[in-house]
Amino acid sequence: MSDRADYKQGGGAFSSDILQRKDFWSAILYVGLGLGTIIASLRYEFGSPSNMGPGFFPIILSTILVLIGCVIAVRVFARNTVGPDVRLGFINWKALALVAVSTVLFGLLLPYAGVLIALPVLMLVGAAASRHFRLELRAIIGMLLLSTSTVLVFVIGLGVPMPLLGSAFGG
Amino acid sequence: MDILANLLLGLQTAGSLTNLLYCFVGVFLGTAIGVLPGLGPTATIAILLPITFTMGPENALIMLAGIYYGAQYGGSTTAILVNLPGEPSSVVTAIDGYQMARKGRAGVALSTAAISSFVAGTIATMLIALFAPILGEVALKFGPAEYFSLLSLGLVAALVLAHGSLLQAFGTVIVGLLLGLIGPDVNSGVQRFTFGITGMQDGISFVIVAMGVFGLGEIVANLGDESGRSLSGTISRMLPSRADFQRMAAPIVRGTALGSLLGILPGGGAMLASFASYTVEKKLSKFPDEFGKGAIEGVAGPEAANNAGAQTAFIPMLTLGVPSNSIMALIIGAMIIQGIQPGPSVMIEQPALFWGVIVSMWIGNLMLLVLNLPMIGLWVRMIGIPYHFLFPAILVFCAIGAFSLNNSTFDVFLLALFGVVGYVLRKLDCEPAPLLLGFILGPMMEENLRRALMINRGDASVLFTRPISCALLIAAVALLVMVLLPSIRASREVAFQEE
Repeated sequence: MSDRADYKQGGGAFSSDILQRKDFWSAILYVGLGLGTIIASLRYEFGSPSNMGPGFFPIILSTILVLIGCVIAVRVFARNTVGPDVRLGFINWKALALVAVSTVLFGLLLPYAGVLIALPVLMLVGAAASRHFRLELRAIIGMLLLSTSTVLVFVIGLGVPMPLLGSAFGG
Repeated sequence: MDILANLLLGLQTAGSLTNLLYCFVGVFLGTAIGVLPGLGPTATIAILLPITFTMGPENALIMLAGIYYGAQYGGSTTAILVNLPGEPSSVVTAIDGYQMARKGRAGVALSTAAISSFVAGTIATMLIALFAPILGEVALKFGPAEYFSLLSLGLVAALVLAHGSLLQAFGTVIVGLLLGLIGPDVNSGVQRFTFGITGMQDGISFVIVAMGVFGLGEIVANLGDESGRSLSGTISRMLPSRADFQRMAAPIVRGTALGSLLGILPGGGAMLASFASYTVEKKLSKFPDEFGKGAIEGVAGPEAANNAGAQTAFIPMLTLGVPSNSIMALIIGAMIIQGIQPGPSVMIEQPALFWGVIVSMWIGNLMLLVLNLPMIGLWVRMIGIPYHFLFPAILVFCAIGAFSLNNSTFDVFLLALFGVVGYVLRKLDCEPAPLLLGFILGPMMEENLRRALMINRGDASVLFTRPISCALLIAAVALLVMVLLPSIRASREVAFQEE
């Protein structure tokens, strides 16, 4: 964030600390999700207790969720002392991104390129999430072995309808 | 006698060659996965669920149950050999089991764990056979009000036993309940929260949620801490001596009793049972100063307790259709996909399935006892597999499993999304298990509340005027109050900190 310096001048150490707290972010998450669900549920008929409409249960639940989020938020501001256990700590952005992206890539590539290409891509991009990742002979052999056995078991053995080569190759 | 006839019927089902094979595969996979780093039983069962959809219901349930208690055993193995409990319920085993291993008694500790688990499993199977029909009969009297209250009690128990802040766990349960409502509303047919996306018209599959949150989410969390594991001690003698047997007998009996009782409680009683058993044994032991330094009672008691608890956790699932932990929630999901509506009717309409699964648990425990002594060398080698060789394979199984549910790539994208959700929840100290439980229970709760209120013309007091329903709600409130009491709250925090 570019305005972080201003933040510190305005609110002291407290306001920048708060962005590091787990409970602060859970409060945001719950209030946000709760409000979002309430708004989305307004489109559905609420009904009455004797004849609950599709909006009844979700609105009650998301109201509780918003309340929980508010209580957590109040407690965040009431307790300034930040113990080490409420701090977010190290967030493994790289692993998170690579694991998510590799899965999405697999889904995108599967119909067009086919499983023979999508699988190695999934493994390579996913494996790069580890600190120990190195593109060496052993890793490539392992990848090929895993790809072949997966294709044999799932596509040929269990008959999961995945194209070996996708539409891009006329498959 | 009825019980004997029932058990015999179960033996016929579970003893067939195919079911013995599935039981073995389940137990073997479960143990292997319990031993391998970074894969919990919930993730495993989620990943293997798509494969079981092609099997018959008996085969599928017998195999899934095998994975469940096999993983429990594998978790104890890593707890003893490398001081890394693979399972929350084997945390206690690590305390004295690992010390025994360091003194060169790893083999004895492992067979103590196997023997205690087997004895506890045998007794718990008998208990299930005795009490499941009684509970089933009570359950037949349940109306929608009772079910709603029972589900509430289950969720409260899951909250109480979750780690970390109670409020945060409560929030996670609600998020889970809401996620469970995505898709068509049963009553009006209105599409809720699908935002016009075709892939969400039937709601989100619980398999995707479980694989994403427990499979992918766990991978990312594990990659944050890639420390190696090293073995301690060599395995020489396996069989406990006569003196060992004498010292473990009483702890096994007490552990079984504790585990059987606490296991029935919703919310994962197996872990609680192992803690309770350890405390009891330490207090009763003639050698209290040996505890923490390799006391055999400290392995025998908790192992008996967690195995008995794992078995009796099946009672509420099989008789009431209400899951007591996230694994039972997955097994319920599997039953629904197999076309079986979990609940008291299963016992009456499909006695072969019901008793077959119960007897198979006993057979599976016997397999664990007999097979693990010769196979220990294999498990030891698997413990050493580095995580970075393993997790790409988990990733592949999750992605293919997600696709195979509906042969749709949309499910693969959802999987990625829930992987991110799983990691975020972990980082915020919101435990993912209550989310999954809420997800499965959401539609059930809505349906039962709707029916209860409809019958009573919108008057919510029906939840309190019907005696069983009222008792269940009082139990839920009592449980909450108990946890909020300062003294118990402090001891709960201490208990979770030991992990």
